Amino acid sequence: MAVDVLKRIPVREQEPQVRAKNFEEVCLGYNQEEAMDEATRCLQCKNAKCIQGCPVSIDIPSFIGKVKEGDIAEAYQIISKYSALPAVCGRVCPQESQCESKCIRGIKGEPVSIGKLERFVADWARENGIKPNAPEATNGIKVAVIGSGPAGLTCAGDLAKAGYEVTIFEALHEAGGVLSYGIPEFRLPKQTVVASEIENVKSLGVKIETNVVIGKSTTIDELLQEEGFSAVFVGSGAGLPKFMNIPGENANGVFSANEYLTRNNLMKAFDESYATPIKGGNKVAVVGGGNVAMDAARTALRLGAEVHIIYRRGESELPARVEEVHHAKEEGIIFDLLTNPKEIIVNEDGWVSGIKVVDMELGEPDASGRRSPVEKAGSEHIIDVDTVIMSLGTSPNPLISSTTDGLEVNKWQCIMADEANGATSKEGVFAGGDAVTGAATVILAMGAGKAAAKGIEEFLKK
Amino acid sequence: MFKIVKKQYLANNIYLMDVLAPRVAKSCFPGQFVIVKMDEKGERIPLTICDYDRQAGTVTIVFQSVGASTKIMAEYEEGESFRDFVGPLGCRSELIDEEPEELKAKKILFVAGGVGTAPVYPQVKWMKENGYDVDVIIGARNKDLIILVEEMKQWAENVYVCTDDGSLGFKGNVNDQIKDLVNNQGKSYDLVVAIGPLIMMKFVSILTKELGIKTIVSMNPVMVDGTGMCGACRLTVGGKVKFACVDGPEFDGHLVDFDESMKRQQMYKTEEGREVLKLQEGDTHHHGGCGCGGN
Ligand SMILES: Cc1cc2nc3c(=O)[nH]c(=O)nc-3n(C[C@H](O)[C@H](O)[C@H](O)COP(=O)(O)OP(=O)(O)OC[C@H]3O[C@@H](n4cnc5c(N)ncnc54)[C@H](O)[C@@H]3O)c2cc1C
Ligand SMILES: Cc1cc2nc3c(=O)[nH]c(=O)nc-3n(C[C@H](O)[C@H](O)[C@H](O)COP(=O)(O)OP(=O)(O)OC[C@H]3O[C@@H](n4cnc5c(N)ncnc54)[C@H](O)[C@@H]3O)c2cc1C
Ligand code: SF4
Ligand code: SF4
Ligand code: FES
Ligand SMILES: [Mg+2]
Repeated sequence: MAVDVLKRIPVREQEPQVRAKNFEEVCLGYNQEEAMDEATRCLQCKNAKCIQGCPVSIDIPSFIGKVKEGDIAEAYQIISKYSALPAVCGRVCPQESQCESKCIRGIKGEPVSIGKLERFVADWARENGIKPNAPEATNGIKVAVIGSGPAGLTCAGDLAKAGYEVTIFEALHEAGGVLSYGIPEFRLPKQTVVASEIENVKSLGVKIETNVVIGKSTTIDELLQEEGFSAVFVGSGAGLPKFMNIPGENANGVFSANEYLTRNNLMKAFDESYATPIKGGNKVAVVGGGNVAMDAARTALRLGAEVHIIYRRGESELPARVEEVHHAKEEGIIFDLLTNPKEIIVNEDGWVSGIKVVDMELGEPDASGRRSPVEKAGSEHIIDVDTVIMSLGTSPNPLISSTTDGLEVNKWQCIMADEANGATSKEGVFAGGDAVTGAATVILAMGAGKAAAKGIEEFLKK
Repeated sequence: MFKIVKKQYLANNIYLMDVLAPRVAKSCFPGQFVIVKMDEKGERIPLTICDYDRQAGTVTIVFQSVGASTKIMAEYEEGESFRDFVGPLGCRSELIDEEPEELKAKKILFVAGGVGTAPVYPQVKWMKENGYDVDVIIGARNKDLIILVEEMKQWAENVYVCTDDGSLGFKGNVNDQIKDLVNNQGKSYDLVVAIGPLIMMKFVSILTKELGIKTIVSMNPVMVDGTGMCGACRLTVGGKVKFACVDGPEFDGHLVDFDESMKRQQMYKTEEGREVLKLQEGDTHHHGGCGCGGN
């Protein structure tokens, strides 16, 4: 097949009408032939700009070169040097604003589908039973990692490869962090992708102890002083949901996106054979415009609801990935843009019966140059809904910082850590990921886990 | 896996279990709770820590089988294991962190309703072990629903049992019993700790507000993670939204919005759970008394 160098090889997806009714993965990914064709579009730039766009600096031209030759195993070895979770990143990285935004191909045509190629390589490796190489012997030095999200998994994997004895402590009953409880099955399959990436980390010798809440079950000081750990990495994420503080917000039928998604993803409420219930709703309003809002909206749709996204700015300000917004629209999510909630209307039994909103318009640009929305007088109206999902962002949980002497946080409760090596204000304690930055991305959390692994090694060699 | 090392039937579908969970046993205190997930497909079930043995590494839970999940839990036998058992969650009782002299000077009354007697137990035990004498009321609709009286007597100065139908102890609900102690028996208290069905805690709080006695209640809203991540457990206390799993579960009873919490508690429940709640709450909204009595 002749490849049009300006255009991407299209990726196969489930039809919108079909996928709107199931929880299977939306994007089906490339097969080997498609991947090899797409790889021919890469110019193998000497000074590859795409690498600069990747927070973990994957040697993109090299791995794509191997895909082009059909040597997928080697392509996987190249990616593995940089990333512990390629099957995840290939799926959920905001590539359009990272690696692909810098691709030379993007100047005249469409950038190379770096993410889809990365995903193909990682999936191929899994299907062919290829695992990362475990170290031959450990050095007997114990390191504790708190949280099993992308930051913790990456830090643990790198330290294990360097010979350390690593134990991850996870508060929930399942490892993975947001990958397990937040991002839905239809974007990131739990069993095939997440569980097997976690198995890979375990196969390096990392132990994962679930059901341990640091700050409650034990503390960082106890890990260091009583349990024989020489250093600790904190990758506890930013899990605390925000609410709007408007009237009616505690009514039955109002959920945080975290609750809604956790019930469905981690607790598998969509599957009748699991005990956890979910009120899917018939007509659902999702408040917010980020990735989390899209995930909550598309989950509600799959549970059978009519779904409205209520967002106070316009389409171009939506913080969600373009691909997610596009998918959501294809599936039939209704976007009520430039609309802001004022109150949740509650019936006498305490259940949601509607949401009162006001129309917004974009005002003059403020100091930062961003046009902030202002209310249009007299435009208040009620949208009939029976469920409201608040997706307004999250912040770090103070559980760890408040129980660890000498661990400094900023005014948003984010742990203060050195970007270069993860070092915190407390000797022997390192941190990274959402716990430090506030809610960000998978790949940034991985990058921070990697930097901290290096920082911990240097600290322990002293 | 977390092994059940002892199982005992107490009364009225209420069971006691000692579960081997060394990390929890080592660090828990009265007032805190655990979350149990029985197996792969189970839901996360919050249960108060009712006792603990730091040496043996065991934690005692007491639960009433009221709905789908707690029914299955009742079928677990000694020697079997739960897949997940996480804790201790929530804050420990404020009493534990009070200055000893201040605590010594206080007269404290614990009020336990139905299965709520179990979470009262470790607090009373802790008080006695640390040299403080307290009074306890155990109330229920009838004598078959009264639990842990002998156990409680080991640690409490006085245990007052009351039943709505008079089949055991004083005839009347826990509020009638409180009034009798204060008005007729010359008792006076500086603090009441009330744990039981929401409706009981609500009416005890109304009474103690009239009597001018500070009151602590233990809230049990629907929970998912129990670590502050989902907000399912939110409630209003003194006009502010709190997450019971991290800010509580104990709060000032005079500030809690009980009516909101009672509505929220209805949100998810199986048919069996619905029946039980109906029994607990009965008609009590109308006659204004405390239809306490647990179940
Ligand atoms: C719904 C949703 C969709 C998203 N979509 C995308 C996307 O498409 N692309 C993207 O790049 N990013 C996305 N993100 C953001 C991304 O998932 C996060 O930035 C990333 O997971 C952060 O990783 P982390 O390791 O720092 O923390 P987390 O993934 O949050 O993991 C933290 C872990 O620590 C555990 N923990 C917390 N406190 C304790 C404690 N005291 N003791 C023990 N364990 C504890 C938690 O239970 C959790 O498992 C999304 C986030 C959400 C919520
Ligand atoms: C902090 C806390 C401590 C508790 N301590 C005890 C205890 O020591 N002994 C005891 O018997 N019970 C206790 N409970 C209540 C116990 O969790 C519920 O009885 C149990 O979850 C019911 O589950 P079910 O499936 O059997 O019943 P369902 O029929 O599903 O529900 C019956 C009722 O139980 C409550 N409930 C249901 N799901 C949950 C949930 N996920 N979280 C909290 N409540 C729920 C609701 O009020 C519901 O209406 C406690 C709850 C909390 C939050
Ligand atoms: S990890 Fe993310 S940013 Fe880096 S190459 Fe892969 S998809 Fe692009
Ligand atoms: S910038 Fe684009 S074309 Fe150049 S090496 Fe990177 S992916 Fe290939
Ligand atoms: S149970 Fe999820 S925040 Fe309290
Ligand atoms: Mg249930």
